[in-house]
Amino acid sequence: METETVIKAVDLTKKFGNFTAVDNISFEVNKGEIFGFLGANGAGKTTAMRMLCGLSKPTSGVANIAGFDVYTETEKIKSHIGYMSQKFSLYEDLTIAENINFFGGIYGLSDKELKEQSNSLIEKLDLSKNANKLVGELPLGWKQKLAFSVAIIHKPSIVFLDEPTGGVDPITRRQFWDMIYDAAESGITIFITTHYMDEAEYCNRVSMMVDGKIAALDSPSNLKEQYGAATMDDVFYYLARQAKRS
Amino acid sequence: MQDLIVNNVSKSFNKGKVKALVDVSFSVEKGELFGIIGPDGAGKTTLFRILTTLLLADEGMATVNGSDVIIDYKAIRNNVGYMPGKFSLYQDLTVEENLVFFASIFNTTVEENYKLIEDIYVQLEPFKNRRAGKLSGGMKQKLALCCALIHRPAVLFLDEPTTGVDAVSRKEFWEMLKRLKKEGITILVSTPYMDEANLCERIALIQKGEILSIDTPNNITEQYPDKLLAVKSDNMSLLLKDLRKNENVKSAFSFGEYHHISFVDGFKNDPMQSDLFGANNHTNISMKPIAATVEDCFIHLMSKHEVNGN
Amino acid sequence: MEQLIIFIKKEFKHVFRDNKTLLMLFGLPIAQIILFGFALTNEIKNSKIVVCDYAQDISSIQITERIASSKNFEIKKTIFDKEQIEESFREGDVKLVVVFPANFHKDLNHFNTAQIQVIADASDPNTASTLTSYINNIVRGYQQELNMTSMGSIKIVPEIRMLYNPELKGSTNFVPGVMALVLLLVCVLMTSVSIVKEKEKGTMEILLVSPMNPFTVIIAKAVPYFFLSLVNLTLILLMSIYLLDMPMNGSMVLLYFVSSILILCALSLGLLISNVTETQESAMLITLMGMLLPVIMFSGFMFPLENMPVPLQVISNIVPSKWYYIIVKSIMIKGLGIMSIWKEVLILSLMTSGLLIVSLKNFNIRLQ
Repeated sequence: METETVIKAVDLTKKFGNFTAVDNISFEVNKGEIFGFLGANGAGKTTAMRMLCGLSKPTSGVANIAGFDVYTETEKIKSHIGYMSQKFSLYEDLTIAENINFFGGIYGLSDKELKEQSNSLIEKLDLSKNANKLVGELPLGWKQKLAFSVAIIHKPSIVFLDEPTGGVDPITRRQFWDMIYDAAESGITIFITTHYMDEAEYCNRVSMMVDGKIAALDSPSNLKEQYGAATMDDVFYYLARQAKRS
Repeated sequence: MQDLIVNNVSKSFNKGKVKALVDVSFSVEKGELFGIIGPDGAGKTTLFRILTTLLLADEGMATVNGSDVIIDYKAIRNNVGYMPGKFSLYQDLTVEENLVFFASIFNTTVEENYKLIEDIYVQLEPFKNRRAGKLSGGMKQKLALCCALIHRPAVLFLDEPTTGVDAVSRKEFWEMLKRLKKEGITILVSTPYMDEANLCERIALIQKGEILSIDTPNNITEQYPDKLLAVKSDNMSLLLKDLRKNENVKSAFSFGEYHHISFVDGFKNDPMQSDLFGANNHTNISMKPIAATVEDCFIHLMSKHEVNGN
Repeated sequence: MEQLIIFIKKEFKHVFRDNKTLLMLFGLPIAQIILFGFALTNEIKNSKIVVCDYAQDISSIQITERIASSKNFEIKKTIFDKEQIEESFREGDVKLVVVFPANFHKDLNHFNTAQIQVIADASDPNTASTLTSYINNIVRGYQQELNMTSMGSIKIVPEIRMLYNPELKGSTNFVPGVMALVLLLVCVLMTSVSIVKEKEKGTMEILLVSPMNPFTVIIAKAVPYFFLSLVNLTLILLMSIYLLDMPMNGSMVLLYFVSSILILCALSLGLLISNVTETQESAMLITLMGMLLPVIMFSGFMFPLENMPVPLQVISNIVPSKWYYIIVKSIMIKGLGIMSIWKEVLILSLMTSGLLIVSLKNFNIRLQ
């Protein structure tokens, strides 16, 4: 089976004045892959992710997202990716149905598609009784599941998830991952950051950023083997301790 | 002696629509490191605010360091240290200015209790003229801890000190708490990270405002009722689906590189031998019996609670 | 006490480290004064006027020519009947009518004195007063020239009539209003935002859990903004007096004393607003909506209170800036002392103490 590359970064760099936030990172992510993007606070994850989403222009280097260039084709990139973060996801003062319609509309879904998607989504999440409830009234876990579904409503090739499960209860957290697996199986590439090390294990491949560079990139089992560690937690701890900047 | 007593405390918001705490009771011994473990929205912050005299409970009573949280709130405010969940220092003041400021509002000086914070503050010293807003997450949290400790409180309340902080800083933080415990300070700490439960002496698992269980982490994991197996194969997501289809499997949840499964009562077959995995051919299956973790227990208690609740 | 000092120091640091706060504190008053000052002192060019000439003699024609050659005026037409004056104004673009009575030149020659009538549309009082003063200048100039050539002392008396707004609220009347507006707005905004900011950032939680008396927090918040407001007041006064030629006929000490009362009043209002809001944005919104409109509407410097319906006049009595406006006008323009304005000062003081008590009582010692 031919693997298709959907994210390709070569020597990607971002400097803020004298400070090199992201320092020559190169990696590829394949279609349908679940790619864990780990690193300590301040290692440069957020900056790198912003460049990949077309929100921030790299200082140098090359990056292709879903076949589009991050320098010149940011608008196209934006219509081919989905994005969800722990902090902002949905409008709390709109109902579930209104949120779905709004975000679907933004991504240019036709009325018919929107209706179909919206119905199947509400059914899948078992929210039919609550479709007219305000999102703000939902428990956090539900909000995050709904936000994820909305982020992939336009069937993007890649979805960027920035700490999507922070503070979510253990059962809902796992249900969230079930949804990630389903999305990956349908061909959506998952690019995810997390502070839960057990979640790193769920990824096909994991990269570890330290001081703006990618210090390690491999499958969780290979990483554990390579660093002689029992858990991903130990791998992370070992690598992150080597950070020099604070 | 008990430094903290909580009796049947309930609190709701929005005229009773949102129940934040339901009949919560527990107590903490002097010098104990007590953990409140639960996800966001479980009621942890409300509980902390009631105990730090910032909110009034609807029902029930609580005492901190021998003082009632309502009547003697002034006494409590003299004796406790509090680090709210959100980074709550002045971002436009420098590290040193923050520390001096908080020392003075607690009627003390940095010098007076410097010994207590010395271990932590030496790491901050190189940045003492940096504005707090420009510190990294780990450093901010250390500064916040210093500010909460500067008056040598009898009881320390730490509301989700490790949320959003990376694994390295989290480990360092728990090391600091262990050292503080030796100073005889009672510490109440909350966290959504189940793996941090083992670092506490005793824990309360809390979900939807109700306490699911209170005990030492060991006792809680020992009370897990079922035998647990850790299973893995090459296709973990398919494996999980197949396991869940099997009627002998009571629960199946992913835990890092393994799935943890338990079986329905009366399942006598050796799971190693039996056909657990349905028609799909899984490759590289490996299975081992394991002890339950706090997270297994939390999931178990949470499911049980929900079944009873409905 | 030491707590208080360190807290006050902290507040000053917040102010001086935040460009936005500094801009609000000093930029707003400067902008307001310049804005109003500019609008007031701005020269008016090419205003359309009408000349109603019953005389049609040499003097009336000479004066008319001078008016026509001034860059300030453009004579739209000359009429010969008073009945047409109203009509001219109704056409809209005419700002002023100059009326020469019959026998204008004769009167000048025989009695050494004559009258002209200047009728201005005072619905825009600033323009009206500026324009009439232009006409006055031109007439006076003409009069001087005549006196130099001839022997006698000739006098032309312009009789000025203001249409639509006979009282003519003039330029000097604006400044006290702007002072009230700026002091109230800036001070309420700063106080409420600085307290709400502590709530928003979570620092209020820590302050409340500390042994610090909540009143210390309030005093520590009030002191810096009180002094900064006094600095602000000085800035406004300097600009008004030197830039806008505002008179200062009364006691400076009295003015500062009364302004201090208004500042205290504003601090209490700010505190009150911070009690009921949770975010900086809503504090700002409430301040702007709750302060700007009543102050502009009911202080009397923009819209004459006498012309308002009675219910609105009654409401205006509870707006502190109305009383401050009256007091400042009395001190600065009329040069009156405390004996003449003690009633207004008393009312303002009572309002301030009332607000202060209510806001202190409502200050939460807990989060809810």
